[in-house]
Amino acid sequence: MHMPLEDSLGLNLLAANQHRAEHNRAHFDAWDLLCLNVMSSPGAGKTSLLERTLSQLADDFAMAVLEGDMTTQLDAERLEAVGVPVVPITTGRACHLDAAMVSGGLRLLQQRLDPADLDLLWVENVGNLVCPAEFEVGEHRKVALLSVTEGDDKPLKYPVMFREADCVLITKVDLLPYLPVDVERIAAHIHQVNPHCSVIQVSASRGDGLDAWHDWLRQQRTAQQSRSLVVA
Amino acid sequence: MHEVDMTRCLLLSMQEWRQRHAPSVPTVRTVHLQVGDFTCVEPEQLSITWGVATADSWLQGSRLAIEPVPLVGRCLACGGSYSPSAAAGYRSPCCNRPMEEIVSGRELRIRSVDYELRASETTAPNAPKPDPNPDPSPTPSQSAVPSAVPLRT
Ligand SMILES: Nc1nc2c(ncn2[C@@H]2O[C@H](COP(=O)(O)OP(=O)(O)O)[C@@H](O)[C@H]2O)c(=O)[nH]1
Ligand SMILES: [Mg+2]
Ligand SMILES: [Zn+2]
Repeated sequence: MHMPLEDSLGLNLLAANQHRAEHNRAHFDAWDLLCLNVMSSPGAGKTSLLERTLSQLADDFAMAVLEGDMTTQLDAERLEAVGVPVVPITTGRACHLDAAMVSGGLRLLQQRLDPADLDLLWVENVGNLVCPAEFEVGEHRKVALLSVTEGDDKPLKYPVMFREADCVLITKVDLLPYLPVDVERIAAHIHQVNPHCSVIQVSASRGDGLDAWHDWLRQQRTAQQSRSLVVA
Repeated sequence: MHEVDMTRCLLLSMQEWRQRHAPSVPTVRTVHLQVGDFTCVEPEQLSITWGVATADSWLQGSRLAIEPVPLVGRCLACGGSYSPSAAAGYRSPCCNRPMEEIVSGRELRIRSVDYELRASETTAPNAPKPDPNPDPSPTPSQSAVPSAVPLRT
């Protein structure tokens, strides 16, 4: 017996995750919010950056965070202190978030607020430069962080992550005077694997580059809204 | 470690496939995959975790056949193909351009599934709905009928 199959089905090894991710994204679109998936190795500065961004953009955007990288309860408290709802996501021992985990987080979020009131939804992924790049959660944009202390070879060593990112933030640039590292070389390596992505140098502790980063965010949000106007 | 999660996801994808397309629980011999070099998947690790993950499931005893797909880039300056490498910083050797277009190497694809259907199971009570456009080929006899079904070419 020969069973012909639809072309549209089961083509991807990760199809099951892909379908759930598309489901999440359909909700995000219906709620008219922009979802950002923030990824990096552990300690590159995701939570610190979010802290700054959430407080500086509090008047511009209604935001919430799905926190998938809780080292301690402190991380969530740091972000909640800014006045933004934070929902921790239970990952078990998984080394990345997947679409089903994020959809579980969304259900918890909905108990606290109506997502249609949000402009931006942040997903802080598990600290890992490898597999989060392959597991979509339904995000509209991928943001990867790389701290200057990690060395300039990382974009070439973990090229998939940097290829997939829409924006790469080179973090902790306040430490550059103390390190034998060439930040232009880091940026060049990122552009070698992903020539069109935005690369922004930032320091969450000193504030460098935050304006450029926030401008990038505003552009993405504006682009999304003008697109949905065209569709509507 | 992350191959365990990959495997789990592949298993779910296979489950989706079966629910939509297999008229009964098939005996799966081989799952043919294409895995690109420019992905986060290690084919060998995947094969190892597959055996563990499918134990005691309907896929028990099945085998993964993984066809690696090399990373091929296209240089936008001259149009030539090249093999981007970390050693060369992923640049094109012809014109020293960054890696702009990826022609192949990002595949994570289930290409086909070799399976057998036992005729006695085709009317199992929880069998999925029949295909609305059934293949006119004759129904299988008592003996198992192997088939290789392309999911995508
Ligand atoms: N010097 C410096 N340290 C930073 C900066 N951003 C984060 N850190 C430090 O890096 C460590 C990890 O930061 P965290 O935000 O928790 O990283 P995450 O694991 O990616 O969320 C903490 O000790 C932070 O204080 C920065 O811009 N400059
Ligand atoms: Mg964190
Ligand atoms: Zn060329």
